[in-house]
Amino acid sequence: MQETLETRNLKEIDARGLPCPQPVIMTKRVTDTGLKELVVLVNHRAALENVTRYAAHSGYAVESIETSPGEYRLVLTHE
Amino acid sequence: MTFSKEQKRLLVAGVIIGAISFVLVLLGNPKNMGFCIACFVRDIAGGVGLHRAEAVQYVRPEVIGLLLGSFVVALWKKEFSPRGGSSPMLRFVIGFFVMIGALVFLGCPFRMIIRLAGGDLNALVALFGFSAGIWVGVLFLNRGFSLGRNFNLPSLEGIALPAINIVLLSIMVFIPTMLFFSVSGPGSQHAPLVASLAAGLIVGALSQRTRLCMIGGIRDAILFKDWTLLTGFVSIFVTILILNLATGSFHPGFADQPIAHTDGLWNFLGMSVVGFGCTLLGGCPLRQMILAGEGNTDSAITVVGLLMGGAFSHNFGLASSAAGPTVRGQVATIVALVVLVIIAVANTKQE
Repeated sequence: MQETLETRNLKEIDARGLPCPQPVIMTKRVTDTGLKELVVLVNHRAALENVTRYAAHSGYAVESIETSPGEYRLVLTHE
Repeated sequence: MTFSKEQKRLLVAGVIIGAISFVLVLLGNPKNMGFCIACFVRDIAGGVGLHRAEAVQYVRPEVIGLLLGSFVVALWKKEFSPRGGSSPMLRFVIGFFVMIGALVFLGCPFRMIIRLAGGDLNALVALFGFSAGIWVGVLFLNRGFSLGRNFNLPSLEGIALPAINIVLLSIMVFIPTMLFFSVSGPGSQHAPLVASLAAGLIVGALSQRTRLCMIGGIRDAILFKDWTLLTGFVSIFVTILILNLATGSFHPGFADQPIAHTDGLWNFLGMSVVGFGCTLLGGCPLRQMILAGEGNTDSAITVVGLLMGGAFSHNFGLASSAAGPTVRGQVATIVALVVLVIIAVANTKQE
């Protein structure tokens, strides 16, 4: 599953190192365009929780994996 | 109405934090000041001799506890992560002016809630100013405002501020003669050291786990119609309100409120500075303490900015008193708003 997601050419938002609420604003900008699938990179627990919460509220399913300690890759898919 | 898991956690944390704030007043803290990051950091500035306002000198163990509570829990939960480099000097400047705005009102966002729950309606005027400031900050965020990314740093960078706090606590316990202690005024009113420290540790730990933030609630409600973080804010308010009502400590009105003044315009504008500045920073003064405990050196620099802002507020006569704001404080508030607009405009890149 992870491999198929990795190989697909999804739009990637790099929100690493940005404080809240910027990761969510960046995500919202892209989801507002109607994109059904995207990847968000974050490196803070609060950002992970906030993007996940926003995505869930906006009708996206979220899969997240910790790619390295403290770094997360979120795959958002519109249901 | 259903609550998410995060909201339930914030709700419970808010009840505990509200109750602790209430108890701290019973144990000796000034009225409507169980907790106040601005007042307490200002008191610490006085306690270590950075200003000479004799009524507000006391090294508040609550603040030390907040930072160390967050530090310990972050270590335990493997969330301690030294990072920094996101416009540190601008964060210092914003922190400095946020403190000036808070001391024109006489309280940080946390104390604003506490004052409101005590019936102080001046805090309601301040809440409108605070919300207006957040709203302006959100306008810039939506247009691409950012102070830039932070980067991973060596461990010692993140440990420095918690270590300084341990040193300060040690001085407080073992060589208190090095410090200044108010003999009258708000600085002389305090809960016993152990109770204050324990309160800080618990509130710090809870805030770290729940990401409690007084800015975040209103900000996210405006930005995303997301009311999650507001749960903590409301929970603290309701808890203290109920405790005040139950004990006859609720005194609604504008006049004669403890450590407060009735000048609505400057209560509004002072907290506008706080709302605007903290939205640019990404969190309220409490949240900055918690993030500093997690190893975020940008927040650590912000805390130093708050400390210096507190010192200068009193050295330069900018802080208000029960008699009202000073002319210098009014000028400083306007300067603060202008500086914040300059910083916001300069760091907004239309994408």
